[in-house]
Amino acid sequence: MAFRLGVDVGGTFTDLLLIDESSGQTYMAKVPSTPDDSSEGVLNGISRICDESGIDSTKVNQVMHGTTVATNAVLTGKGAKVGLITTKGFRQVLQVARSFCPGGLGGWVSYMKAPLLAPLELTIEADERLDAAGDLVSPLDEDALRRDLQALAKKDEVEALTICFMNSYVNGVHEVRAREIAAEVFGDVPISISSEVVPEMQEYERTETTVVNSYVRPQVSKYIRNMQASLEERLGDDVNLAILRSDGGLASGRAAAESPVNLLLSGPAGGVAGAMYFCERGGFTNVLTFDMGGTSTDVALIQDGQARIRRETRVGDVTVRAPSVDVRSIGAGGGSIAFSPELTRALRVGPDSAGAVPGPAAYNAGGERPTVCDANVVLGYLPSDVKLGGAMTIDRDCAVKAVQTLADAMDIDLMVAAEGIIKIVNESMLGALRLVSVEQGYDPRDFALVGFGGAGPLHANALGILTGSWPVIIPPGPGVLCAYGDATTRVQDEASRTYVTRVDAISPDEFIGALEELRARAAKSFEADGISADQQEVSYQADFRYAGQAFQLSLSVTTEQIRKHGLATLTDEFDRQHEQLFTFAHGKDHEIVMIRAIVRAKSSLKADLKEVPDKKTKLKDAKLHDTKFYYEQDWHDAVIYDRGMLGVGTVVKGPAIVVEMDATTLVLPGHAATVDSVGNLLINPAK
Amino acid sequence: MPAKIIETNSTPFSTVDVDSVTVDIIENALKNVRVEMDAVLFRTAMSPGIREQGDCFPMVANRDGKMVVGQFGSFIGGFMDAYEGEIEEGDIILTNDPYMCNAAVSHLPDWIVLVPIFKDGRHMAWSAMFGHMSDNGGMVPGSIPINAETIYQEGIRIPPTKLYKKGELQSDLLELILHNVRTTEWNRFDLNALVAACRTAGKRCVEIAERFGDDTFFTTMQIMLDRNLEAMRAIINMIVPEEPQYFEDYVCDDGVGKGPYKIACKLWREGDVAIFDFAGTDPQAKSSINFYLSEDMFKMFFGSFTINLFDPHILFNDGFYELVDVRIPEGSLLKPKFPAALSGRTHALGRIFDVMGGVLGQGAPDAMNAAGFSDSPHLFFSGYDKNGKWFQLFQIGFGGIPGRPIGDGPDGHSLWPGFTNVPNEFIEAYFPLRIVRYEPIADSGGAGLHRGGNGLSVAYEFLVDGQVGIHDERWLTYPWGVRGGEPGMRSTKRLVRADGSEEWLPSKCDGVNVKQGDTLYFNTWGGGGWGDPFERDPALVQKDVARGLVSQQGAERYGVSINAKGAIDQAATDKLRKKMRASRDEQGLFNFGGTIEEIKSRALEETHLPPPVAPTFSSLDR
Repeated sequence: MAFRLGVDVGGTFTDLLLIDESSGQTYMAKVPSTPDDSSEGVLNGISRICDESGIDSTKVNQVMHGTTVATNAVLTGKGAKVGLITTKGFRQVLQVARSFCPGGLGGWVSYMKAPLLAPLELTIEADERLDAAGDLVSPLDEDALRRDLQALAKKDEVEALTICFMNSYVNGVHEVRAREIAAEVFGDVPISISSEVVPEMQEYERTETTVVNSYVRPQVSKYIRNMQASLEERLGDDVNLAILRSDGGLASGRAAAESPVNLLLSGPAGGVAGAMYFCERGGFTNVLTFDMGGTSTDVALIQDGQARIRRETRVGDVTVRAPSVDVRSIGAGGGSIAFSPELTRALRVGPDSAGAVPGPAAYNAGGERPTVCDANVVLGYLPSDVKLGGAMTIDRDCAVKAVQTLADAMDIDLMVAAEGIIKIVNESMLGALRLVSVEQGYDPRDFALVGFGGAGPLHANALGILTGSWPVIIPPGPGVLCAYGDATTRVQDEASRTYVTRVDAISPDEFIGALEELRARAAKSFEADGISADQQEVSYQADFRYAGQAFQLSLSVTTEQIRKHGLATLTDEFDRQHEQLFTFAHGKDHEIVMIRAIVRAKSSLKADLKEVPDKKTKLKDAKLHDTKFYYEQDWHDAVIYDRGMLGVGTVVKGPAIVVEMDATTLVLPGHAATVDSVGNLLINPAK
Repeated sequence: MPAKIIETNSTPFSTVDVDSVTVDIIENALKNVRVEMDAVLFRTAMSPGIREQGDCFPMVANRDGKMVVGQFGSFIGGFMDAYEGEIEEGDIILTNDPYMCNAAVSHLPDWIVLVPIFKDGRHMAWSAMFGHMSDNGGMVPGSIPINAETIYQEGIRIPPTKLYKKGELQSDLLELILHNVRTTEWNRFDLNALVAACRTAGKRCVEIAERFGDDTFFTTMQIMLDRNLEAMRAIINMIVPEEPQYFEDYVCDDGVGKGPYKIACKLWREGDVAIFDFAGTDPQAKSSINFYLSEDMFKMFFGSFTINLFDPHILFNDGFYELVDVRIPEGSLLKPKFPAALSGRTHALGRIFDVMGGVLGQGAPDAMNAAGFSDSPHLFFSGYDKNGKWFQLFQIGFGGIPGRPIGDGPDGHSLWPGFTNVPNEFIEAYFPLRIVRYEPIADSGGAGLHRGGNGLSVAYEFLVDGQVGIHDERWLTYPWGVRGGEPGMRSTKRLVRADGSEEWLPSKCDGVNVKQGDTLYFNTWGGGGWGDPFERDPALVQKDVARGLVSQQGAERYGVSINAKGAIDQAATDKLRKKMRASRDEQGLFNFGGTIEEIKSRALEETHLPPPVAPTFSSLDR
């Protein structure tokens, strides 16, 4: 008997999900996070889960982990002191960035640039140059570099070193040599070179990405070492630790520690992976995901069971070239504060948030400004009289008082103000959902909408109405979905490079050769981690555009297809998609910008997870009590149900509220929720 | 005869009650429309100017042509007055002629697309967008000839013309236009992209109307305009004093030896109305530096600069126009008479922002910034590459953001919204040149309590023979400092020939032949300093020195002495500051670096270029 454990470490809670790999039986635990040493919280959780289930902890041989350690290092500005070596003449590449000032006309007046992640004091230049074809212009001056490195080392500040030279995306020879020299001078300081981390065109983006890799590397390595050691101590030497990457694939602890820039969105990727798991099993392969937390909301689009991947990752002010699930974040969540500027008396929600402290007014912990959560309480969506799973107590009076201040400022009724807050915040979410759907050429009505995260199930039904995406799906355990995602995804790695070649200038064989080279590179980490070739699946992608265009489309490619039909099969497909997206196609001047190979380990989870009570339950058994809530300028009588008592096939008619350990689902009037065979709640307009 | 809009459904829109939350929601939805217009354009455009640098501007206007969402104000009123003919559903209008669209665009390379939005046969709204095309034909590659004397020399002029009639592309017309430009395919794509963006906006507006009701959508647009009106009324009363304030600044030269040209502005308030009077501005130039500034566009500049301070979430629009009265003398640099050349208008356009800052700042000195990087300088490089293929590169230069109340100005950044540089590796991959150096110029930012941002030095090594054109400014007059801050360093253009000989190029020039192996140092200017440099914490000065942003010698401008090891010499610093404080002149609000006469008399020695000759204006010019 073997077990695997999914672990999601969040800012407040650590969620754990233990899976019996042969039977699919699951066990869940939620324990407080321990920010000083996350492994402590994880071990607490393992103790709790094993005590409650009576499972022998040494039987756990796989731990799959989504972590925000890299994200937090960036967000809190507490990463390593990074030294940087650039090509001569480009020392200020990060200082100038792309010359961009955010905001509209006059935005520069209030723009404050964040400190550089590799300070200029620790940045030196190397005298070397390659041209855009990768050919030598001037050789690396090794003596000068060694001298400058020695001076830099003398400062005794550099904790991680980065090397990024002009045009190294074509040829990394100078970077490799510079790393050898740097290693002689700096000993065991970790060194990241751009031609390995991200061999892609655009010097600023490549430098920033490699610097971020260095910036989070010492912390991430330490974190992973710690976690691995603690796990081995508790679970035995044979335990395998895998980390979820931003692109939704798993990496071995070793591979993750070397390229931590790929972990920046590990957290949100877990949620998307979890949503995919439940939706796919429920028979939904085209899904919009909607993960609403306290301060922000993440949305993503899944097509044909695959999450859309984008080639960049954004965390706070920092944008890097690393693949990630195309998750768009907006600064609106349950804790977002509503206000009304005196001058326009408009209603605005966010981006300021009440955070965990003091939290929404309804928590009665000192918060006085009205939040989205307070509006939900005032409207009766978040019942103040139900306490399940030891959740925070809700004080409706405090919420009313806070929302009343806003109503007074706008000179409107309390309930109108509360409903206004919800409508405005829903509209912002709609904006985010449009970014990943309509703006990418997808019609949201062709998708289902899955809502999760602490606040997602409260807003999901309303968003379904706005987007026309049905059904609205609330998966089991919407508050711990990331842990499900961690535990159900597969090991994955990829290799990519800038190709920038006209299609009419290459032969199919040349192209296939280039792809296979990448496959070998991507599979390297699999070999290092002992995953044999017959356990690997490969897929290829090529980014196409019309020569000179900014936009590019990733096309899936198979070598068989090219052998059979030549490269025209790709250019035709690009023309077709371009036309679908933008109403016109150019039909010539096709250029391949990037190519990549993605290698995945074959799935190892044999049984499906079991999440619904097998017993035949009746709706009335699940009823907790009557309540009422306010919707569309009217009060509605509603019933509160306990989700844990809802069996397969049960239909809950709105208006209703379904509560569980850490989430509350709102079923609006004129809608009904059905429990499907996997345990999802499917909300649809009532017939 | 004004334009006539043909509607197949004559039911009038009615004004209905709309609750304020619905207004906020529709406002939000319209905000998304604008974002989406940009997104569509960036993804489908092809020229580096639009796709990498973001040189383009979207708008949605109500039925009357008033801009409800956007950045640069509506021109539709002026267009409707000028256009003779009927407009039907499916029509898409294209123009680039400033003289025909009330200066909605201010030179020919900016092509603007205008789409009337219909729903159920009724005309409901407008969408429009303009973008800077890589080439518009005419005398020089890039179509910004500095010595053009009339607009006829600046390439093809497209009067407001139907590019699509009832949904059908007028391809003969399109081919005729594209036949006249050097970058046919780039323009074709970019124009396609503009049309796609405007059509997307149209679709979205119809969706919003379907969701909330036509009358609600119609009414809400009016309410949004009113919101701006009320907000601006309060702001104008807050920041514009009744007592007149006066400010003047200059465009250094006209590229044909004359200059500087004065831009004068007087501001005062009468009741709720702010009056900007440009009387005293010099007459129009004989070269292309004229900037046809529409009154409405200036109102927009003014409004967007101020309203952001109070409700940054508001969707800025045209609603407040009646509260601003802009007076621009006919025949002046800012309102030249047809057929004056306009292509080099970017300098006066940029300078307007310094003028606005200077005149507004006197009423609210606490909120005042120093003179900034008030321009978008260009470099053109064109010719035939080693395979005999034509290329032309258009590069926008970046420089020093000024010292501001909030802090130091960023180095080598853009004052224009959305603009970014083109990555150097991209340039090297697609054009025959090498970027040898790309870095801020130490000490070019004006000293101050808050330092001005440094200008940028970009060294271009040409790998084939070709021609360059340069358009830059502030080579003669200084980016001024405020409240004790020093002016920033001025711009220079140095051409080092392959044989090592050196030439100083003028700030504005066309048709300069360069050879393989020559290197051009394109050095932009720094931002002015803000506040007393002797009050700046010496530790910050030391940091700037360690970062290579201020030199060891440059630290002395702050009265700070940094020793050879890079440490602060406190005793020397105290002494230096005391001495410098005692010997400096009384500080006014502004520091212009001297009078125009003084600056001109030092020009040759300091800039390696002779001073321009003061322009003389005949009565005919006026």
